[in-house]
Amino acid sequence: MSAARLGRCLSIGIALLAPVRVDAADVTLWHAWRGEERAALETLAARWTAAHPDAPLRATFVPYDALAGKIEAAVPRGNGPDLFVYAHEKAGTWAARGLTLPVAPTPGALPVAAAALADGERARGWPLAAKALALYRDRARVPDAPADTDALRTAARRWTRPASGTAPAQWGLAMETTSAYAVAPWLHGFGGGVSDGARLRFRRPENVAALGFVHALAREVVAPELSGAMLVRSFDDGRAAMAISGPWMLGELRARDAGGVDWAVSPLPVVRATGRPAAPWATVETLFLAREGPDARAVGAWLAGEESAAWRARAGRQVVARQGVGYDDPALAAFSAALEHAVPMPVDAVFALHWEPLARALRRLSRGDAGPEAVLAQADTDVAVLARPPPAPVAPAPWLAGTALLAAAGLAYGARGAWRARSEMARAAHAYAWMAPALAGVGLLVVLPFLVGAAVAFFETDGTSWTFVGATHFLDILLARDWGLASPLSLWRTLAVTLLWTAANLVLHVVLGVALALLLREPWVRLRGVFRALLVLPWAIPSYLTAMVWKGLFHREMGAVNAILAAFGVPAVGWFDRFATAFAANLATNAWLGFPFMMVTTLGALQAMPRELEEAAVLDGATGAQRLRHVILPQLAPALLPAIVLGSVWTFNAFNVIYLVSGGEPDGTTDILVSQAYRWAFSRGHRYGYAAAYGMLIFGMLVLYGRGVGRLLGGGVAGGAPPAREDKA
Amino acid sequence: MRTPPRWNVALVHLMLVIATAVTLFPVLWILAMAVSPGSVGPGSALPVPQGVSWEHLRAVVGTRGADGAWLFGRQLANSLVVSVATAVLGTTLAATSGWALSRWTFPGRGGIAGLIVLTQAFPAVVMAVPLYLLLDALGLLDSRTGLVLVYGTTAVPFSTWNLKGWFDTLPRELDEAAMLDGAGRWTTFWRVILPISRPALAVTGLFSFLGAWNEFVLAATLLGDERAWTLPVVLQGHVGEHGANWGEFSAGAILVSVPVVALFFLLQKQLVEGLAAGSVKG
Repeated sequence: MSAARLGRCLSIGIALLAPVRVDAADVTLWHAWRGEERAALETLAARWTAAHPDAPLRATFVPYDALAGKIEAAVPRGNGPDLFVYAHEKAGTWAARGLTLPVAPTPGALPVAAAALADGERARGWPLAAKALALYRDRARVPDAPADTDALRTAARRWTRPASGTAPAQWGLAMETTSAYAVAPWLHGFGGGVSDGARLRFRRPENVAALGFVHALAREVVAPELSGAMLVRSFDDGRAAMAISGPWMLGELRARDAGGVDWAVSPLPVVRATGRPAAPWATVETLFLAREGPDARAVGAWLAGEESAAWRARAGRQVVARQGVGYDDPALAAFSAALEHAVPMPVDAVFALHWEPLARALRRLSRGDAGPEAVLAQADTDVAVLARPPPAPVAPAPWLAGTALLAAAGLAYGARGAWRARSEMARAAHAYAWMAPALAGVGLLVVLPFLVGAAVAFFETDGTSWTFVGATHFLDILLARDWGLASPLSLWRTLAVTLLWTAANLVLHVVLGVALALLLREPWVRLRGVFRALLVLPWAIPSYLTAMVWKGLFHREMGAVNAILAAFGVPAVGWFDRFATAFAANLATNAWLGFPFMMVTTLGALQAMPRELEEAAVLDGATGAQRLRHVILPQLAPALLPAIVLGSVWTFNAFNVIYLVSGGEPDGTTDILVSQAYRWAFSRGHRYGYAAAYGMLIFGMLVLYGRGVGRLLGGGVAGGAPPAREDKA
Repeated sequence: MRTPPRWNVALVHLMLVIATAVTLFPVLWILAMAVSPGSVGPGSALPVPQGVSWEHLRAVVGTRGADGAWLFGRQLANSLVVSVATAVLGTTLAATSGWALSRWTFPGRGGIAGLIVLTQAFPAVVMAVPLYLLLDALGLLDSRTGLVLVYGTTAVPFSTWNLKGWFDTLPRELDEAAMLDGAGRWTTFWRVILPISRPALAVTGLFSFLGAWNEFVLAATLLGDERAWTLPVVLQGHVGEHGANWGEFSAGAILVSVPVVALFFLLQKQLVEGLAAGSVKG
């Protein structure tokens, strides 16, 4: 590209990069509502603005996956909105961190919503909508709502059939039997729960009975391994006669005239053994106040009020958190009725620790590893580890002094080196000048944020209170103090899995990438360009979606992999039940995602490679394998080695695939180091310091690796021309 | 080069067809989800759409903002501008540093090579909040310029590494001859080295472009208004807490990947031209 053309492109780019101007708005609101809910909210915002032109309301949509992170980053620095909508269970931690402000209780709120948000005399926010699980049924097969658990089981048994011939299996019920959220109604219905009032405790006779019931359902009538989209699909396709899900499924079912089933919704049945209704968790979509202001408070109260609720119920098809709202849709009315027995989810941080151990217990139960009592006892042990008290503070003075000393020593060492090499450095001044722009940019925007983030590893923090704990986190992790070395939580076991993961992936990436590139370089290959372009597709499509598709391919009942295996007479494989198969599923996904990078790199390197040498080898009678080994690979090595080094670092940290495909299953054994760190930061009670220490240890390991590589690649090459060219000469 | 025996040609084609079929297999589900009416999620044994409808594609492409302007067009332009700017910035910064690392020895060179690998190991979990603070301090929040700066500098280590690898394969006689002819370092680099490095620059730029094209977390955190969004943020907007609008998500994903495949298809010519130039000079 010529300099003039480059300049022209740059100037166009700069013009387009000018900031987007946001209209002056007095009250801003962030939310993650989609579809009809979003449209209803935007209409309400317009209505408010029309009535209050001096205080216009501006609702901004933010993707759900980004909303919490964005709030936590923006609000403390004054960049956040005045109001935002989020599920109420974050209320406790956010209020403690000062992200949200108390408001006046909303008159006319549903009791469960008022209870969920109550904070003494005041409320933690304004309740807008509420969600809880209920029972969907296909009216053709289950005409009447089952009144109690016995009726549910009978109806479900009646419509459960194993696959026979070409007819697919039918199930009586679709529910997530391994989700702590989906099992909670039964814990409550049997008289148990996740807490005994003082602390989290799972092993109680009521909970054992509840798990016994769920396990019996799972064995007899429930479609296996169902979650999210799969659950919706099994009910929508008519393969499951009933389903337990929330109001979010309403919008995803096909209409009856579009081939959908004729369905109805009713609250969950009564537990026959206790006479209590199965009580699901209630989640309240809450409007939080993030910045003080009379207009913001007025908007909040209005949005939670009668006019807004009626509109959201009608146009937004929302189950609103308000009493006395009429629904024209019977399904919405049924979900509203289901809220009567629902239990508001607690808002404290300790409660949030129960999800992972309970889900683990449920998965062990479903795999048949142990009975209800044993898995609950194990969950009690697990939760004790997660809820252990924070480490004691450490006096920072010696650490400060030590850091200062180390920094001084490092500077002195560097200065001495620079002084000794001064003539050499002066001679190479141009090299520094050529490196300067890149070094400055990387130093400011990559290295500096990293150093700041790394400092967090020496603190115990939930984002608000900071306690200096020195090296405690590092020692805890390195010595596996809270669990055995063989536990899936142990650093060393996870490291072993990570190394295996990295090595296996690299072999597959390089073998596939080089093989395809060699096939594609032959000039006589027809449609070469088309093949090349199609083979980079895995790289081009957002990996979030493709990873979800791969997970679906490995589904036990509905996945294509098992369907193909079945054609060869192989019985269905539960891919995520065992380490080896779950690992293989992750590996297949990541090999698919990663080979295009190696292929493209190899293609580039092959272009630079003269073929005369190879032709000479052919004339000398070398076989294909000999040519590959002695001619092609040695020439490729200099170009491929850097790609392999970087590929290994990326794979070592390839978080997405593990998280989305196996999710660490079974029992966290397929987790790699970086997914562990992520869990400590986000799903095990926001132990940011601990997670940062984990991140630093990962980094430390890669430092050792990088040093070796730096010697290999940084030291050697400078001396002369690379070997490929020397060969030629 | 002569054409090999016919069975060999057939075998190579057969292998390519199989590899492409396996590669495209998961993509078929995305296509099926994109054209099925309603919101059909992943989870069927065969990628058979439940009917054919363009509703999702139309819904994705046709989004309009509150002001009635064509929102998708604007977001597509954002993505293109941000990604191209990232590729230009990253490759420009990396070209000189890659050349310096490849050709000159200087104290600290090994350390810099090590640092390049290390930056790839920085855990994202640790980086996000400090980066936010920094951009806030620089007044670059909520701007695509800030995003380009972050993406561009993040791409520099890899691009430097990549270009150094390429420069290492160029014979030293090439630049030495130019220097003997009286050309300075810069002239040599600009007039001799860069023109024959087009394939490597193209591949490196493509890598940076792709990194920016698909990035979601930072874009969603740093960009506020919908009109400033890039396409990954738009796509992720179809995913909610309990489920997703799979149809629109898939249709959007296909739209997002088309330019990448097209770009790659076009860049191939560049690659082949580079080959010819390289073999003449080499």
